[in-house]
Amino acid sequence: MNGDQSPLTEIKARFGESIILAVQTTADETLTLWTGNNHIKELLIFLKCELIQPYQMLFDLTAIDERRRLKRPGQPYSDFTIVYHLTSFGRNEDIRIKVPLIGEYPETGTITDIWPSANWYEREVFDLFGIKFAGHPCLRRILLPKSWNGHPLRKEYPARATEAGPFVLDEQMREIADHDLKFDPAEWGLETHTEETDFMFLNLGPQHPGTHGLLRLILQLDGEDIVDIVPDIGFHHRGAEKMGERQSWHSYIPYTDRIDYLGGVMNNLPYLLSVEKLAGIVVPDRANYIRIMMSEFFRIASHLVWFGTYAQDLGQMSPVFFAFNDREKILDIVGAVTGGRMHPSWFRIGGVAHDLPDGWKKMAQDFVNFFPKRIREYEKVTINNRIFKERTVGIGVYTANEAIEWGITGPGLRSTGVSWDYRKQRPYSGFENFEFDIPVGKNGDCYDRSLVRMEEMRQSLRIIQQCIDHMPEGSYKSLHPLTTPPLKERTMKDIETLITHFLGVTWGPVIPSGEAMVPVEASKGCNAYYMISDGGTSSYRSRIRTPSFPHIQMIPMISKGYTIPDLMSILGATDFVLADLDR
Amino acid sequence: MKYVFIIAGVMIVVLTIAAGLIYVERRLLALFQDRRGPNRVGPFGVFQVVADMIKIFFKEDWVPPFADKAVFIMAPGILITSIFLTFAVIPFTDKFLVLDSNIGLLFFLGNSSLGVYSVVLGGWASNNKYSLLGAIRASAQMLTYEVFMGLSLVGVVMMADSFSLREIVEVQKNGWFVFPQFLGFMTFFIAGIAETHRAPFDIPEADGELVAGYHSEYSGMKFGMFFVGEYMGVTMISALITTLFFGGWLGPAFLPPAFWFFFKTGIFICLFILIRASLPRPRYDQLMEAGWKVLLPLVLLNILATGAILLLKHTT
Repeated sequence: MNGDQSPLTEIKARFGESIILAVQTTADETLTLWTGNNHIKELLIFLKCELIQPYQMLFDLTAIDERRRLKRPGQPYSDFTIVYHLTSFGRNEDIRIKVPLIGEYPETGTITDIWPSANWYEREVFDLFGIKFAGHPCLRRILLPKSWNGHPLRKEYPARATEAGPFVLDEQMREIADHDLKFDPAEWGLETHTEETDFMFLNLGPQHPGTHGLLRLILQLDGEDIVDIVPDIGFHHRGAEKMGERQSWHSYIPYTDRIDYLGGVMNNLPYLLSVEKLAGIVVPDRANYIRIMMSEFFRIASHLVWFGTYAQDLGQMSPVFFAFNDREKILDIVGAVTGGRMHPSWFRIGGVAHDLPDGWKKMAQDFVNFFPKRIREYEKVTINNRIFKERTVGIGVYTANEAIEWGITGPGLRSTGVSWDYRKQRPYSGFENFEFDIPVGKNGDCYDRSLVRMEEMRQSLRIIQQCIDHMPEGSYKSLHPLTTPPLKERTMKDIETLITHFLGVTWGPVIPSGEAMVPVEASKGCNAYYMISDGGTSSYRSRIRTPSFPHIQMIPMISKGYTIPDLMSILGATDFVLADLDR
Repeated sequence: MKYVFIIAGVMIVVLTIAAGLIYVERRLLALFQDRRGPNRVGPFGVFQVVADMIKIFFKEDWVPPFADKAVFIMAPGILITSIFLTFAVIPFTDKFLVLDSNIGLLFFLGNSSLGVYSVVLGGWASNNKYSLLGAIRASAQMLTYEVFMGLSLVGVVMMADSFSLREIVEVQKNGWFVFPQFLGFMTFFIAGIAETHRAPFDIPEADGELVAGYHSEYSGMKFGMFFVGEYMGVTMISALITTLFFGGWLGPAFLPPAFWFFFKTGIFICLFILIRASLPRPRYDQLMEAGWKVLLPLVLLNILATGAILLLKHTT
C-alpha cells in the first residue's frame, strides 16, 4: 500500500466492495462515500489510524434531513444522513463519509471514543435533528434550552415565527426555564468534594467581562485552581442554519456577515465560494482581488480587536483604545468602499456589489504605510512586556496533535508549529497569485498564539499592498446568469432580459442541485459553508462550520490546573466570537 | 478651637483632592489613550465630578438581601476612616498638621493594615463568590506587601532618628532621603501601589476576572466610598512619598511651603495614573512571589547597608 493511492481503493482493499454503498459526486470534488450504519466506526478508525497519511482531523460532523429532498441521484435511501467530514493534512485532502439513517427519530453510534471533539458535534446534531447517538457520554441539548420543544433543523419545524404561532412565556414556563439554568454538579459527573477539599462552583458568565459575550462557563474550583470547566453555550444561537433554508441564495448574504461579527465580508466569502461552486460561476480577477483586499482588511481589523481586548483581559488598560482607533481607520476604508462598516454584506454571488470608488488606492496605501509602525509599537508596549510574557508564556499549552485531534484551525493550530493555512494549502479566490508567509509558533501556548496573530497582520498588509499594486482591470462581477443582482446595464433591454432581471430580483436565482463546501482561512480559523441545493431558490441545507465551536470545546481540556486569571488569558488567546460559536 | 479648624481644613483639602483626582485621572488617561475624556460638564468638563457626585448621592442605597447587613455597611466606612486618620500625621507644612506624633510613621503603618479589613469584610459580607475571591486575594496581597512596606521605611527612620513625620522632613534639609534611600523609595512605591489596589496591582478587583472583586455587590454611595477611598489612598501614598523621601514642604523659598508639598504630591499622583495606563496585571501568585523572593531580601539588604553606613559614621 502506498499513501498516494486514493483512499477509496485502500478502503476497498481493506474492507471489500460491499462497505461502500455509493460514491457521490459533489460540486466541490471532495470524495464523498456512503457507508452503512454498522460499518461507520471501523471505517473511521481505519481512516484515522491505519491509513498511511491518515485523515487526522474531524473537521465537521453534521446531519441532513433528507425527507423532502427531491434530487439525490445515485444516493442510497435515507431519512436522515449523518455527514462526517475529515481532513488529512498529509494528503491536503478532505473526505466526506455519509451514513443513511431510516426512521423518524433514528439512532446511530457515537464516535466520541475515536475523536473526543465529536462530543459537541453529536450533541448539536441531537439538539437540532433529534438523532440519538448511542454511547455518547453526555447526550443533551447544547444550543437550545433543556425545556425546548422540537428539533429546529428538521424539515417539519417552522422556519418563520409566523408559521410557528404566537410565543407565550407564562409563569410556569419561566419557572421551568429558570430551573434549567440551575447547575447541578452531579448531572455533569462532577464531585462536590474530595477527602481533602470542598470544591467551589463558580458561575462565570453569561454576563462576564472576561468571556467577551454570552458564554457561560461553570468552574469547579479548588481555591483559585481550576479543577474542571463545564461550558454552557447557546445564548447567542439565532438559528442561522435554519434561516439559510428560507432565505433566497442572495438574501442570505447579510446573515453570513453576522456569524463572525468581527470578520465582516470575510464571512461572505466561504458562503459565496460554495454557492459559486454549485452554480459553476467563475469570478473575474478584479472581483477576486477586491474580495481578497477587503477580507485582509477585515482580518487586520479582527486581529486588532483581539489584540486590544486581550491586553484588556490581562489588565492592561490602554491598548484597547489604540487598537480600536486603528480599527476605525480600517472601517473608514470599508465605509468608503462598501458603504457599511462592521457588516457591509458587500460581496455578491459572482463578484462584489459595485466597483471600487475613486481614491480607494490612496486610502488603502495610506493605511499600509501607516500601520507597520503601530504594530511595532504594540509589540513594544504589550507583546514584549515582561508581565505580559509572565501571563502568557507556558499558559494554555497544547501540542500539534492535540490541536488536530480537537479540530483546531487558524492561528491556534499554527502556534503549535503546523504550517497550515487554507490560503496557501488550498488557494481560493486567486490566493495562489500572492506572496506571503505563514507565521508559525513553536510551543502552542498563549504567547505563541499572540505572536502568530501579530505577524499575520503584517502578512495581511503585504497582501493588501500587492492588491494595490496589481489590481487588475475588468469587471467587478461575473456575467453568469445566476449572479445577483444582474448587472444593471444588461437588464431591461428586451423581454428576455427583463424577465431574467425580474426573477433574479424577486425569487432570486435557482442554483443547480448539488453539494459544495469551500474552506476559507478566516481570522479565527477555518470557516466553511456546506451548502446543499435541491435546485430551489433557497438552499436545502446550510451547514456553517465555524472555528469558534471546536476552539471553545477544547477550553476545559487546556485550562485544567491553571487559575482564574490564566483562564482569562487562555480565553483571550483563543480569540472566539460568540456569534461564531452558536450561529 | 484651632484644632477643629485644622482638622476640618485637612479633611476638606483631602476630599477635594480626591474628588478632583477623579477628574484629573480621567483626563490624563484619556490623554494617554488618544481619546478626549469628560469634557461636557462645565469648562473642560471639570464639573463632571460634581455631576457624578450628585448622581451617586441620589442613588438607591441598596443592600443585597443575602448580605451580612451590618458588616456590609461598615466595610466602606473602615476604609475611609483609616485613610482619614493617616492624614492626621502627615505634615502639609511645618505648621499645618493635625498631630505631630512621635510615632507618626507607626500610626500610618497601623492604619494601612486596618484598611485591608474593609476589603476583606466587604468581600466576605457581600456573600458573593466573586467578592469572596477578591477578599481572599486582598488578604494574600496584604500579607505580602505589608511586610516589606514597613521594612522599606526602616532606613528612613534610622537616618532621621525619629518616627515623627515632621522631624523626618526637617532632617531632609541637608538632602532628600530619596538619594541614600533609593531602594527604600522604590520598594515603598511598589508597596504603595499594592496598598491602594491600583493597577497593575488591582488584583482584588481585577475587572476582567472577578467582575469587580470585593465591591461587586456595592452600589450607590457605599460604592462611592470605596471609589473615593481609592483616590484618597493614592493621595495619601503620594503625600507620604513626598514626606519621607522628597523633603515634604521643603523647597526654594520664593514659593510657599504648602505649594512645594502639593506640587511634589501631584507629580506622584500623576505617576500613579501613568502606571495604571501602561502596565498589564500580574497574577497574584506572581505578585506574592515577587514580594517575598525579590522585594523582601532587597529591603533587608537596604536596612543592613544603611545600618552599616550609619554605624561607620558614628564610630569615625
